[in-house]
Amino acid sequence: MSRQSLTKAHAKISELTWEPTFATPATRFGTDYTFEKAPKKDPLKQIMRSYFPMEEEKDNRVYGAMDGAIRGNMFRQVQQRWLEWQKLFLSIIPFPEISAARAMPMAIDAVPNPEIHNGLAVQMIDEVRHSTIQMNLKKLYMNNYIDPAGFDMTEKAFANNYAGTIGRQFGEGFITGDAITAANIYLTVVAETAFTNTLFVAMPDEAAANGDYLLPTVFHSVQSDESRHISNGYSILLMALADERNRPLLERDMRYAWWNNHCVVDAAIGTFIEYGTKDRRKDRESYAEMWRRWIYDDYYRSYLIPLEKYGLTIPHDLVEEAWNRIVNKGYVHEVARFFATGWPVNYWRIDAMTDTDFEWFEDKYPGWYSKYGKWWEEYSRLAHPGNNKPIAFEDVGYQYPHRCWTCMVPALIREDMVTEKVDDQWRTYCSETCYWTDAVAFRPEYEGRPTPNMGRLTGFREWETLHHDKDLADIVQDLGYVRDDGKTLIGQPHLQLDDPKKMWTLDDVRGNHFMSPNVLLNQMSDEERVAHIADYMANGTKSSS
Amino acid sequence: MADITDQKERSFPKIEFTDSEAGALTFPSSKSRTYNYYKPAKLRATMYEDVTVDVQPDPERHLTQGWIYGFGDGPGGYPQEWTKAKSSNWHAFLDPNEEWEQSIYRNNSAVVHQVELCLKNAKRASVYDNWNTSWLKFIERNVGAWMHAENGLALHVFTAVQRSGPSNMINTAVAVNAAHKMRFAQDLALFNLDLSEADVEFDGAAHRAVWQEAPEWQPTRKVVEQLTAVGDWAELLFATNIIFEQLVGSLFRTELVMQISARNGDYITPTIVGTGEHDYDRDLGYTRALFRLLTQDEEHGAANKELFGQWMSTWVPRCLEAVRALQPIWSQPAEKAVTFATSLENAKSKFSFVLEDLGLDIPKELDQ
Ligand SMILES: [Fe+2]
Ligand SMILES: [Fe+2]
Ligand SMILES: [Zn+2]
Repeated sequence: MSRQSLTKAHAKISELTWEPTFATPATRFGTDYTFEKAPKKDPLKQIMRSYFPMEEEKDNRVYGAMDGAIRGNMFRQVQQRWLEWQKLFLSIIPFPEISAARAMPMAIDAVPNPEIHNGLAVQMIDEVRHSTIQMNLKKLYMNNYIDPAGFDMTEKAFANNYAGTIGRQFGEGFITGDAITAANIYLTVVAETAFTNTLFVAMPDEAAANGDYLLPTVFHSVQSDESRHISNGYSILLMALADERNRPLLERDMRYAWWNNHCVVDAAIGTFIEYGTKDRRKDRESYAEMWRRWIYDDYYRSYLIPLEKYGLTIPHDLVEEAWNRIVNKGYVHEVARFFATGWPVNYWRIDAMTDTDFEWFEDKYPGWYSKYGKWWEEYSRLAHPGNNKPIAFEDVGYQYPHRCWTCMVPALIREDMVTEKVDDQWRTYCSETCYWTDAVAFRPEYEGRPTPNMGRLTGFREWETLHHDKDLADIVQDLGYVRDDGKTLIGQPHLQLDDPKKMWTLDDVRGNHFMSPNVLLNQMSDEERVAHIADYMANGTKSSS
Repeated sequence: MADITDQKERSFPKIEFTDSEAGALTFPSSKSRTYNYYKPAKLRATMYEDVTVDVQPDPERHLTQGWIYGFGDGPGGYPQEWTKAKSSNWHAFLDPNEEWEQSIYRNNSAVVHQVELCLKNAKRASVYDNWNTSWLKFIERNVGAWMHAENGLALHVFTAVQRSGPSNMINTAVAVNAAHKMRFAQDLALFNLDLSEADVEFDGAAHRAVWQEAPEWQPTRKVVEQLTAVGDWAELLFATNIIFEQLVGSLFRTELVMQISARNGDYITPTIVGTGEHDYDRDLGYTRALFRLLTQDEEHGAANKELFGQWMSTWVPRCLEAVRALQPIWSQPAEKAVTFATSLENAKSKFSFVLEDLGLDIPKELDQ
């Protein structure tokens, strides 16, 4: 289409909307934001006549690459260290994608201006695309990769696993609570605009370095839809900013959404990129370096800061603190060690770190070895069953952590843990901001004004509570993380598949009793609790040796 | 000449031979190559099932920690209480069209190509020049008004509903329905644009006033707006795809436009409107499968039938009111190939057939 006819087509499509006079669309999902003073924005309409063929063409390229990868025996070159983490990642990500589709009517309900409804409805279709194309990629891995265990139970494992639950926020957060908080600030302004760069660009690059060029093919294709979504979100944000009354809510939601995205996405993607790769070239960017480029420079400095002049209060302190956690407080390293500690209740295998890895980490994160090196040496020493328990139950100077009630990543930067009695329960938080999110933000009142539409934190938030006081073997069996011989675990603390004696079975993990830190915390007397917390927080500054 | 003394050494990741192919070793689960957390409907799982089932978790299936976010006034996730209809197993619904991303883009692109070719040929052959004034007027007013209905349903019925269903299979089928409607509404609008640019007497702006003010269209606009105001997602789906689309949508598209266009020298409109009918046929397919499941539910079937009966007593009269108001448009074209009575009779009997298939009684309101 020529430029002129494109403009005419857009104008014509705009004629399809009308002002209802008999009845107005049901408001299923409320918001405490107001859009009465919202300026009329008229972003370009997506013309379905060009949209469908464009996406079909993109699809054809993806499916062509898939055929090519199989014909070209891609899996002869894929690093298992990398692909094992995809069992976790690809179990999580189709749900956030489909949730983004489901979030679109919430945004449509909340924002009265029909000018942007069309773009949101097209985004809905994109997100159905993303979810199902990713499920299909995972199926291809299951069919062609050496070890299908974990891929084969993917959606069940996602729904009953501690890490799956962390990831589920990135999804449930899009579709629940205040429609603008969820479907605009959390989903689009923060998750899509900031964090899809690490998810869909940085991570696929790392996949390619580990012999997997299908992940990049699929995820770059997904990412190519993202700029339209980002501009949908930007339009709504500008409309919200036009009304002064929204500003405190925007400030609240930017703090919550930024911090929660950081906690969740940096934990997961940081681990995949730093601990899932075999590429230890010194000039390979670390996750911290990628973060600096994609999130700090491209998002924070180029996208967020310019919004200050429209009245948006930007959480500068939280951006700096997220960076500080990644670069100085070992956030990603702590999360990786936690995942590896929990290997018997994983549905993927985690490779040990070798001298080559140690050297790279020390180069990128000076001081890494003295904090984490010894622990990873213990991990290798305890990799096989027979003479020892799983590492979580051996004394390697590592205390199983408390979980953050809000972001559900444990309070791994121990000196930062906050412990408070909230809703009649002693809860632990990874940070002040996560405490604030639960105690202040997700409440029916905010700074003295009613916020009846704001969401609530619900559910059995501490995963360990569900498995308190049980034998590890029974827990693994309940979760279903057992291979088809009925006894070998799916999760293993190594990658050796060649010798059955090296693989842990239910019998090898039986006899280890698992206790929930939160249940125990709530059983303590006041003095016990104070002492326990002081000890826990001091532990963070000590090395693990 | 380029200076080659200063080239930075390029750095590449090393690709290694790992032999991580399926079948390279035998060990527990090395042959476990199917998604094993759900039971496929047939012996082998379809692609559709594999990419759709259980992607939206459910506390009744594998979700152990429950929904971790709630609404200010109730639970989060996908509560079954968001409709009055009840099912003993919402997950039993599978979309007979097996829609997932490849089918969405393949099918809709095929339609796009068909419509574009048709419109291009029409322009090249200057076919609009031969259309008589009353037919041009008919298209200008009535097809023009109708495209609003399609667009309203796309955005405020189908897009809205796909947040609310209790399973991923339901919501995805409905999302595809929204895509169909949006595309079809736009195709009608762009056809309108072509006509307004052709060298014929055609007012491309007239459709707005007709939809907003013309007495024959107001009851139709009223039902569409009333539909968008329904909160119960299953009622909305039932009232739209089973009642409105049968009594008003198909009546207009199939029983009127498709029947009379050819006699008025127009083979373009039926090609485009035919794609809308084709979509509706698919969309009716999943809708029937869903409501059949609900009427045949061993535990809740009887209560559901009663509920659907109540929904019909609300929506059938509203739709019939819209239909009766539309009657004058049957006499607008020069060539009146079909009478209103015949068209309505056909629509009613097809509607009755759908109801019978669902095991529902024909509502007495239909005879009014
Ligand atoms: Fe997406
Ligand atoms: Fe997106
Ligand atoms: Zn936290």
